[in-house]
Amino acid sequence: MTPLITNPKFLRVAAPFMIGVVLLLAWQLICMALQVPVYLVPTPSVIARTLVADWGLLSDSLLVTLKITFMAFVLSVLLGVAIAFVFVQSRFIEVSLFPYAIILQVTPIVAIAPLIIIWVKEPTFALVICATIMALFPIISNTTLGLRSVNPGLLNLFKLNKATRWQTLRRLRIPSALPYFFGGLRISSGLALIGAVVAEFVAGTGGTGSGLAYQILQAGFQLNIPRLFAALFLITVTGIVLFLAMMALSRVALAGWHESEMG
Amino acid sequence: MKRDDQAMPQLAAWEQGVGDVDPTAATVLSAQRVEKTYRNGTRALDEVKLDIKRGEFVSLLGPSGCGKSTLLKMFAGLEEPSHGHIRWWGKNLATVGAADHTLAMVFQEATLMPWASVEQNVRLPLDLSRMPRTESDVRVKDALKLVGLDRFQDAYPRELSGGMQMRASIARALATRPNLLLMDEPFGALDEFTRNKLDADLRRIWSRQDLTVVFVTHSIYEAVYLSSRVVVMAARPGRVIADVPIEAPGAGGMRDDAFRIAPEFMGYCKILSDYLTLANQENQEGGPRDTAHH
Repeated sequence: MTPLITNPKFLRVAAPFMIGVVLLLAWQLICMALQVPVYLVPTPSVIARTLVADWGLLSDSLLVTLKITFMAFVLSVLLGVAIAFVFVQSRFIEVSLFPYAIILQVTPIVAIAPLIIIWVKEPTFALVICATIMALFPIISNTTLGLRSVNPGLLNLFKLNKATRWQTLRRLRIPSALPYFFGGLRISSGLALIGAVVAEFVAGTGGTGSGLAYQILQAGFQLNIPRLFAALFLITVTGIVLFLAMMALSRVALAGWHESEMG
Repeated sequence: MKRDDQAMPQLAAWEQGVGDVDPTAATVLSAQRVEKTYRNGTRALDEVKLDIKRGEFVSLLGPSGCGKSTLLKMFAGLEEPSHGHIRWWGKNLATVGAADHTLAMVFQEATLMPWASVEQNVRLPLDLSRMPRTESDVRVKDALKLVGLDRFQDAYPRELSGGMQMRASIARALATRPNLLLMDEPFGALDEFTRNKLDADLRRIWSRQDLTVVFVTHSIYEAVYLSSRVVVMAARPGRVIADVPIEAPGAGGMRDDAFRIAPEFMGYCKILSDYLTLANQENQEGGPRDTAHH
């Protein structure tokens, strides 16, 4: 029986957790010692109390943000994969269209969110579009790269056995692309959340007016800093949970064969 | 079903040993003045003429850059010659289709699908040709048994050693019951012990089937041990410089461990080695063949 502390699996959970506890403690003690006013930096304990007290309000907002994030994420996966499949059909298509996909990546979402919110009447839909634009690119680029990253030897083998285009796609290109696709999912899930929050910020009080970003804005106006921190905390936790969920998904799908999910 | 009707006699023919090569045997593979020039002007192959008869085990032996792998790729239809042409059973590859005219290839690396089990990997070519499951089951089982992997059918490639991965790769080729098997330095990355073992197994498999093998190697010993004929190639430009039939001593010309240390074995090695040295010298002197065509 090895001591728990040297078990790498235990360490992977315990070490970050300990760091978190130490940081929170330090935060709490410093704020208390220096008597920092609560409207500047609230202590973790005050934030926790606010989280419980305002849970009704905050959980409703969390659900709204989650809904937009989830819809945008699903939409970007569907669209991204479809676009990647179109791209790999021919070099010509990819070369002609890829620069336009890059526009998605380099356009600051804050700059175009107001336009989209003006153009699209339905506020939820407008926010979903903003978040999708944000989350789409990693799916497109990773899946395209994956569908192209096929072992040339295996490609020769398929050619030698007179495989049809469809057989090569289904039995070779898609499995080869999975590790890249899951890498894209990981990045994209976080971006969908950021996109949802940013778009809601831009929409401000004129938007749907109930997501977490709206709570942060309102709390800021009212100088209710503990609530602002509580909302921020929820966004952070959501992001981490999304990331872990994508890791788990990737582990389940690639377990047993891909280097990235071994050991 | 029609498919089964065709499969039966094919199977019988495949399992029938052919023994020594009959000089009147049909030509399986024929390279007619084949040249390959790459776009940058490099001449990979220069007027290669080569006939391979049914039941032969031919090794293409030569240094790196002699075009032996390129030639093999052409034999597989994966590359086109710049000039000249190749015939399979006297036909174009596109028109070769009969059930007893099948070819398979084993690559330098095992090239297995990492996401699929050994059994699924071996079944792949059969699936691609849409063979019914009942038939492919039998073939996969036979092929795995032939290479000694029947106990590892559910393993994943990463769980296997390099030698066993290569066995799986050979089983995948054998599962198609090929009449012509092309092998591109299949054991080059293995340690010598494993290589010798696989060489012996390959020779055993070949001797029991109606199988013609073209085997690319840069090992003189491997070529002598395996082949009924060694074609020696030289580089810059890639060309055939010698064609040496190999006959093992004793009754039936057994290729066993005794053959590896027999004086005849050493004799063949010496001959092939001399040819290779000669080819290298020619290159260093920038021999006439190098400039003749420029």
